[in-house]
Amino acid sequence: MTVSVTPDTIERELVEFLETRTKAGWTATRDLFGEGGLSSLFAMELVVHLEQRYGIAISGADLKLANFRTVRAMVELVVRLRDGG
Amino acid sequence: MTAAAREEGGPLVVVGAGVMGTGIATLALVHGVPVTLVDLDRAVLDRAEVAIARNLRTAALLGAAPPDTAPGALTTSTSLPDALTGSTAVAVVEAVTEDPATKAAVLARVSAAVPEGTPLISNTSSIPIDELAAAVARPADLLGTHFMNPAYLITTVEVVPGPRTAPDVVASATKLLGELRRTPIVVRDSPGFVTSRLLHPMINDAARLVEEGVASVEDVDALMQGCLGHPTGPLRTADLIGIDNLVDALDVLHLRTGDERSRPCGLLVAKVRDGHHGRKSGRGFYDYEEALP
Ligand SMILES: NC(=O)c1ccc[n+]([C@@H]2O[C@H](COP(=O)([O-])OP(=O)(O)OC[C@H]3O[C@@H](n4cnc5c(N)ncnc54)[C@H](O)[C@@H]3O)[C@@H](O)[C@H]2O)c1
Repeated sequence: MTVSVTPDTIERELVEFLETRTKAGWTATRDLFGEGGLSSLFAMELVVHLEQRYGIAISGADLKLANFRTVRAMVELVVRLRDGG
Repeated sequence: MTAAAREEGGPLVVVGAGVMGTGIATLALVHGVPVTLVDLDRAVLDRAEVAIARNLRTAALLGAAPPDTAPGALTTSTSLPDALTGSTAVAVVEAVTEDPATKAAVLARVSAAVPEGTPLISNTSSIPIDELAAAVARPADLLGTHFMNPAYLITTVEVVPGPRTAPDVVASATKLLGELRRTPIVVRDSPGFVTSRLLHPMINDAARLVEEGVASVEDVDALMQGCLGHPTGPLRTADLIGIDNLVDALDVLHLRTGDERSRPCGLLVAKVRDGHHGRKSGRGFYDYEEALP
């Protein structure tokens, strides 16, 4: 059974995930690696988290930091990969 | 490396498939260099293969892989003799546990098995190269290249020729580093070279401040990051290095320099005893939910 996950849900879940993992507050547009100060290695944890949580595979040209820079960018990526199949 | 090895596209042999061995293997693979990775047991190598697959994706994600380069092939082996027969290695990197006796034994076996002129590269953090040179057949072939973790992301490498290292071997190793797009900085042989001599006592001091209750782990790191521009903070760095390795390297430094700042503090020793080795074990000064593969 696939439960439809709306972009809003994904956004809320990702903000929660970041808050648990980093013990800091996040918004949908805050730059994780610039002003957010997270290490670029954390980006790989995000890749794995998105793949496991949303059943997608991120590879090739999608595997670039710009796709993980903000919660909003990640939501767009997840939605696109889920739709595109 | 020997000219023959280069023509045949021989592998880079990496001995030790821990944090550094897997990182150095990743660095070579993304640059199209085949790698033979050696460790003591199959379970370690299985974990290393998972770690390298993840590292290769991280390298792609962070733009650390050169464009239009097909990754090299990875072979793993629990047998050092097997790894050293077949096509001649371009160089052998020793990245086993930071224990002088273990390293000496591995380097002696490698040096007895490879042709003269094959660079024997130790990735030791702190053991003087000339001390390790006592164990090998040809001290001229041995040098240190001190990669930092993650080796495939950090572009500067400390290079340490010993007093008996041949200039040709330094040139071969430097050329290989150039092919891996690293920037070598050559320093004189001594305990801990430049980077560990400066970094390790500083991390030890940071842990001691926590132990004395001067500040919390988070605050020590936040002050070093926010006030002094340290990229991650010293205690997060300790977790990235591996606290077991950090304590081993501090012991080596303390024993050879007599510097009390390098005597591992109680908090570091307790973390090793409790198995809180840092990122690789899932927990050190910080919690990482899961151990890195
Ligand atoms: N961790 C770092 O940040 C860092 C940075 C620079 C240099 N170094 C140095 O790199 C070396 C490796 O450190 P690490 O952090 O990867 O340690 P690690 O403990 O993660 O890995 C060491 C590996 O060596 C293997 N090993 C031990 N004896 C062996 C033998 N006889 N033959 C084959 N394999 C053997 C172990 O099974 C283990 O998998 C050490 O000399 C360390 O000081 C570490």
